[in-house]
Amino acid sequence: MAAADQSLATTSKTAPWYDPAKRAVFIQGLMIVLTAAFVIWIVNNTLDNLARLNIASGYGFLEERAGFGVPMSLIAYSPQSTYLRAFEVGLLNTLLVAAMGIVAATIIGFVMGVARLSSNWLIRTIAAIYVEGLRNVPVLLQIFFWYFAVLGALPQPRNAVDIMGSVFLSNRGLYVPAPIPETYFWATPIVLGLSILAVIAMRRWAKRRRELTGKEFPLGWATLGLLAVPALVTWWATGAPMEWSMPELKGFRFVGGLAVVPELVALWFALSMYTGAFIAEAVRGGIQSVDRGQRDAARSIGLTRTQTLRLVVIPQAMRVIVPPVTNQYLSLTKNSSLGAAIGYPELMNVSGTMLNQTGQAGEVLGLTMAVYATICLGIASVMNLYNRAVRIPER
Amino acid sequence: MAVADSIDGRAAAGRHDSYAPGSHPDLPPPLRQAGPIAWVRDNLLGSPLDIALTLFAGYLVVTLLPPLLNWAVFDATWSGETRADCKSDGACWVFLKVRINQFIYGFYPEAEHWRVNLTGLILAGLGLWLLLPRAPAKAWVAAFTLVVFPVIAYLLLDGGYFGLTHVESAKWGGVSLTIVVAVVGIVIALGFGILLALGRRSELPVISGLCTAYIEFIRAVPLITILFMASVMLPLFLPEGVNFAKVLRAIIGIALFWSAYMAEAVRGGLQAVPRGQYEAAEAIGLSYWRSMGLVILPQALKYSIPGIVNTIISLVKDTTLLLLIGIFELLGMVQAAASDPQWLGNFVEGYVFVALVFFVVCFALSRYSQHLERKLDTGH
Repeated sequence: MAAADQSLATTSKTAPWYDPAKRAVFIQGLMIVLTAAFVIWIVNNTLDNLARLNIASGYGFLEERAGFGVPMSLIAYSPQSTYLRAFEVGLLNTLLVAAMGIVAATIIGFVMGVARLSSNWLIRTIAAIYVEGLRNVPVLLQIFFWYFAVLGALPQPRNAVDIMGSVFLSNRGLYVPAPIPETYFWATPIVLGLSILAVIAMRRWAKRRRELTGKEFPLGWATLGLLAVPALVTWWATGAPMEWSMPELKGFRFVGGLAVVPELVALWFALSMYTGAFIAEAVRGGIQSVDRGQRDAARSIGLTRTQTLRLVVIPQAMRVIVPPVTNQYLSLTKNSSLGAAIGYPELMNVSGTMLNQTGQAGEVLGLTMAVYATICLGIASVMNLYNRAVRIPER
Repeated sequence: MAVADSIDGRAAAGRHDSYAPGSHPDLPPPLRQAGPIAWVRDNLLGSPLDIALTLFAGYLVVTLLPPLLNWAVFDATWSGETRADCKSDGACWVFLKVRINQFIYGFYPEAEHWRVNLTGLILAGLGLWLLLPRAPAKAWVAAFTLVVFPVIAYLLLDGGYFGLTHVESAKWGGVSLTIVVAVVGIVIALGFGILLALGRRSELPVISGLCTAYIEFIRAVPLITILFMASVMLPLFLPEGVNFAKVLRAIIGIALFWSAYMAEAVRGGLQAVPRGQYEAAEAIGLSYWRSMGLVILPQALKYSIPGIVNTIISLVKDTTLLLLIGIFELLGMVQAAASDPQWLGNFVEGYVFVALVFFVVCFALSRYSQHLERKLDTGH
């Protein structure tokens, strides 16, 4: 047999350009050469152009004085700070609006997704109008709408919209009471952290017990108690160590409290409502993907309505919901770069200013892209871990 | 319910046993199970929670809808020429009426508007031909649209030949520019995306590595960084003296960006084609390109229609980002017009117009894709 094969191979000698192995080597070699040539060509052109235009290269500028102010910063910053510091300010502002947006969009999305499946016609219709209306309109337009049309039309601080005497909304932004921790404040978060660990341990134990004995444990109440009671007791024992700084109108502006700039409010509203509409579609699809028979089967083996939802429907729906929702989180984070259009000092806004001042577009844009790519990679890997946790093991 | 019905039925039969079998008159269904009353019971007042939800939603509608209608219709100003004509509290639609030409044609010279209209008409005609289910010679029309039409459109819009005056692309703007950017972007992104998807699935490690790296990198960064790249860095990448118009640079940026998403949509379709199809195509001796073109891609593209259309919808919506690099597409034009001191404060009217334009296009696209999906569904 082997001999026959050999003779066949020697007699029917293929031309080298028809031999798949040689062809593969040739095509890939050509591809490498072409790509390398293209890259070298671009780099050469760029270096020539930079030399001709007298633009410096390298990241030395990061240590220089930035010289521009920002309307909002989570860390100490002044125009005297370096470009690197300005970049950090932008990064933190991006992370802030992305985190706020992800939380709000998830809540909106789950509420609207369930509402679209409601048996109530009015609720169902309102949710459908919300989802279709917001999904099909550009997010930049929605950001502009909130910033220019809604927040821009709000009254001056002296006639600010007053919500319960402690929250004020004016065209200068949102003012809310700011918490000021006192001496023993640290005790409460530590206790709360320990409680969370205890809850995780209890849930594991309850799950194992259910699998072994079939006995249900009142998880909801136990979790609530474990989280609330120790924290409240500590809070009370240390003498409620928290003061509130209230915003107050002094002359033409508010002092005290926590000021949320209107740019952040507009960006946050627009991003969470827009992304919420997409998450709602993912949630609806996930719930609808669970076969009706699953529900009937769960009910027929005697699970209650809540147990059916918690043990049968939601675990199967989450498996379908998580991947598209991850994509939505990523696109929300990337869309936060549109804050640049209304002057919210996030990463893209700061790099745009840096780019204009230094002229070093390649370095600035390269750094910005790398940071965005890293953030997206981070979110994607966290969500992948979660996805692995909710995945139903298949045999 | 079903049990109660059958008992009622038996009772009724007992009372009216004078009917011969089959001669019972047709009675309307009981009101409790059909008709408007039953609908309201099932859809609005099913349970105590339902009643509460209905009341809450009804309250929202009753408080929000009348002021909205008053603003948009009853208190609105429909006729006039200037801001001063808008005296009421309602919408000032005069703003749109006065500026509509600018919103559609940008700064394109008024005497040459017919060129934009003609291009739009040809495009609409070709598009309709391709979208209609039973139009003949679709392949030829598609080839014409892809090869000949771009030349015609370029000559018509840009001018400079056949006695047409040259109109710089810096003067293009508004809806017409949005359409140009979107259509060119979609065509390039789809073509390049298919190549990238095939490359990513290639058995040659170098090719699949390069394609994967490109796709994943592009998908991890925001479009606006790519647009800045295209508008600021592209001139630096090219040899001295070679330069494109800003609009063309933006189109290149958009096409490069969305081709990565198109590639992922197409790859989903490629993976859905059963392995046997690949093997069968190879077994009858088709070369790589012929097996892809004749066997695999027709099936794969069908599976990827939802993904492709979603990408197209995102692309269309994201043409608004061009205003960030100083190109006045529709939203940029409206924003500029509403910032004009003469019309200051007319943001909402302008935004409503932009929102309607995008909503109609994107909603229609998503519905068409759903229709296409159903039509092409050959599964069981």
